[in-house]
Amino acid sequence: MSFSSFAPAIAEIWLVFAICAVLLTDVFAGERRRGLTPTLTLLALALGAALTVQYGEVGSRQVLFSGLYLADQLGWALKLAGFLVVAVALLYSRSYLENRGILRGEYYVLSLTALLGIFVLVSANSLLTLYLGVELLALSVYAMVAFDRDSGVSAESAMKYFVLGAIASGALLYGMSLIYGLAGTLSLPEIAARLHGPPSPGVILGLTFVVVAVAFKLGAVPFHMWLPDVYEGAPTSVTLFIGTAPKIAYFALALRLLAYGLAGEVAEWSQMLAVLAVLTLVVGNVVAIVQTNLKRMLAYSTIANVGFIVLGFVAGTPEGYSAALYYTLVYVLVALGSFGVILLAASRGFEADRLEDYKGLYQRDPMLALAMMILMFSTAGVPPFVGFWAKLRIFQVLWESGHLWLVVIAAAMSVVGAYYYLRVIKLMYFDQPAGRLPPTARSAGVRLALGLNALAVLLLGLLPGPLLDLCARLIH
Amino acid sequence: MPHLLSILIWLPVGAGLGVLALGDRRIGAGRWLALAAALATLALTVPLWSGFDTTTAALQFPEKLAWIPRFQAYYALGIDGISLPLIVLTAFMTVPVVIAAWTVIEARPAQYYAAFLIMEGLMIGVFSASDALLFYFFWEAMLIPMFLIIGIWGGPRRVYATIKFFLYTFLGSVFMLAALIYMYVKAGNYSIATLQGMPLTLIEQRWIFLAFLLAFAVKVPMFPVHTWLPDAHVEAPTGGSVILAAIMLKMGGYGFLRFSLPIAPDASRELDLLVITLSLVAVIYIGFVALVQQDMKKLIAYSSIAHMGFVTLGAFVIYEIVRATGSTRGAGMGLDGAMVQMISHGLISGALFLCVGVLYDRVHSRQIADYGGVINTMPVFAAFMVLFALANTGLPGTSGFVGEFLVIIASFRASFWYAALAALTLILGACYTLWLVKRVVFGAVANPKVAALEDLNPRELVVLASLAVAVLAVGIWPAPLLKVMQPTIHHLLTQAIATKL
Repeated sequence: MSFSSFAPAIAEIWLVFAICAVLLTDVFAGERRRGLTPTLTLLALALGAALTVQYGEVGSRQVLFSGLYLADQLGWALKLAGFLVVAVALLYSRSYLENRGILRGEYYVLSLTALLGIFVLVSANSLLTLYLGVELLALSVYAMVAFDRDSGVSAESAMKYFVLGAIASGALLYGMSLIYGLAGTLSLPEIAARLHGPPSPGVILGLTFVVVAVAFKLGAVPFHMWLPDVYEGAPTSVTLFIGTAPKIAYFALALRLLAYGLAGEVAEWSQMLAVLAVLTLVVGNVVAIVQTNLKRMLAYSTIANVGFIVLGFVAGTPEGYSAALYYTLVYVLVALGSFGVILLAASRGFEADRLEDYKGLYQRDPMLALAMMILMFSTAGVPPFVGFWAKLRIFQVLWESGHLWLVVIAAAMSVVGAYYYLRVIKLMYFDQPAGRLPPTARSAGVRLALGLNALAVLLLGLLPGPLLDLCARLIH
Repeated sequence: MPHLLSILIWLPVGAGLGVLALGDRRIGAGRWLALAAALATLALTVPLWSGFDTTTAALQFPEKLAWIPRFQAYYALGIDGISLPLIVLTAFMTVPVVIAAWTVIEARPAQYYAAFLIMEGLMIGVFSASDALLFYFFWEAMLIPMFLIIGIWGGPRRVYATIKFFLYTFLGSVFMLAALIYMYVKAGNYSIATLQGMPLTLIEQRWIFLAFLLAFAVKVPMFPVHTWLPDAHVEAPTGGSVILAAIMLKMGGYGFLRFSLPIAPDASRELDLLVITLSLVAVIYIGFVALVQQDMKKLIAYSSIAHMGFVTLGAFVIYEIVRATGSTRGAGMGLDGAMVQMISHGLISGALFLCVGVLYDRVHSRQIADYGGVINTMPVFAAFMVLFALANTGLPGTSGFVGEFLVIIASFRASFWYAALAALTLILGACYTLWLVKRVVFGAVANPKVAALEDLNPRELVVLASLAVAVLAVGIWPAPLLKVMQPTIHHLLTQAIATKL
């Protein structure tokens, strides 16, 4: 085996090295030099991205490591996105962790192992690799949710997440085993090749379990129960983490498993997903209206957005998948910023997670309020921000695949959704601050990153062409 | 001048960002920048008007740049006889808004000017886009500054009003977007010309028409989706009310002329009675509602709804004319009337809101009962207020007369009863407007606050005088306006009457 046969997996290989290095450094640097691990982690992520750009790109699809691993353009791009998103998430989180007294090396190591799980998932070519990635990601994230060990709420939500997540993993495994039994292979392309023609009841049974697991991971109704509790209970930096990078991975899970592996059963799973999508849109948007906690509101907003991503899969065409990919990336960009705002607004002993904490934010910190306004208008789907194009793209693929009613429901639900995003803007801009609140974080670097994040939302909204083209190219 | 339309759009937007960058601390410079930008935009409409070829209905000053190649969407601009007057109106009305705010807006002035300038650019964008996606982009983006204007500088119930405003318009627009995407999927691009030319079955047209109707009816606003307007107007600051009444409502009318009639002509023909009925309800019922208002701004808001009823009536009565007489003779007059009414109502309602603003700045009340005998202390102001009020009732010699007259004449060709019902507005309009004037302006000085009033300052005088000149100019000599529109109206009529089946 030469270097060239390993090169496409450079991101994973580098990340394993980095995990070991960060872990060891943290052990030896000890308590005295706290700042070392975060810096080292960011450096490792930057280097990993550089190496992936340099060596990891593949021209065409390559299957490596005895058919377990798939290297393609999509995986390459999603890994770069993963590096970027995790780096930005860690950058936003640092002062928050410091203020809570949970700035420990393990947090960074767990972030990296979660990222490794994402990478494995993204490049999976077999049910086994897929499951490996799912579990690696999930186990890292469970630990992260419970990271603030003195907080009862965090522990409770971690427990909830773990138990429900284990059930979902079980469902996934059970579905996979049925499919394996009927297809006689673990390899995704071979499953697609063997399961053609009208599906047998066994396949449909297996498929159902797989769809349930995917829906759980994405947070689609009625498998969404964990999401609001975990988002609210976890430390905000962890909420930021699980709200962003893993979404990319779960998009890949749905794509590899359903769109590639079970391509022959598209008619079946797209119907199941259509029902889930409608439920998700309605429950997510309607329940978000009554929330008083911003993190919980954003959790329901996540659910609503997941509804749109699922709609992209409902179309069941490459166009639809590329729309779902575009929506996922846009959503991750916006979620990164929104939770970043919460992190910046928080300070020692002040979580800034209730909606009323945002009253009059404009007077306290105009820049933060402006960023949040841009992000909220974007999620609401108002031009000139990028969220508009994501929704437009979904509408378009639904028309192309002839789903009239889904278009109508999605359109109506985006109006319902607009209400609670507007309410956040109302609190920040139209209301007076309630009492004296601690000042927002002043760290220049983080503020710059958040500013760039919001600016990207605007610029990608003004000129959406390149990202749209990229997403289409990655899927085809 | 090349790229004139682009400059008209982006100059105010750029200036708005500039004012924002200067901030509240350097608002002295910011104010002058805002005024300079508004005046420069207005000045640039002069070459636009003089360079406009009045012999053709083709889009002029075209610009086309690739924008989103994947969707075949272009940054495509171009204007015809319908858009040109509305663009000039937009540029014209922003100047008084900027001047009127000069000393009045004390909280966050930089953002106030920035919001209006950015909105001016976006509104010109709406009127000049020749690509439906670009049109929608501007159409929706414009909601953001207006949402903030009402929400930040508005009255006590501003939050309720602005969220209601946003959600109403958003609801309408989303379905328009769905219809546009549907047509894109069929036609392959978003060019408005393509959409106008593509064949559609009657069922498709019906749905598309209803989706458009929802979007445009909310914007106009038509009965029964008008309820956001009185709230928004009452709570908005003066400038917000002016722009809302003068320009934003016109977008609904513009949408009917640009999208509904040419894209879904058969559905328009089939459902014309729906629109005509709603228009007549707006004219009569809302007229009565206006009569009982206690709040000046609310009264003018309801009067706006009634007057905009003429726009939709004029646009759709053409089908009834063809049905009744079998020919299109005189149908153009309905469309002419609709357009002139839009321009005229823009000027008059803007002026009336500015008048209310003048009073409000002094007394801080909009209640009619708090006034009386204003003429004794503010004679010059009273003269202007009476002029605009008379224009609002449709007095010959003012712009208000031309539009209403054209629409009523056109309605006569369709049916006596349409004309008779529409003409009721002449009575109702006179009732509520003149009664307003009687209670506010005339009579004895009602209370010490009125007794302490000071007449117009030079700034206010310039603003009201320029609007008065415009109202009279359009009223006495509407020919240039009609001439600019004529080929386009003719072309539109052909499109609207032709069948797509």
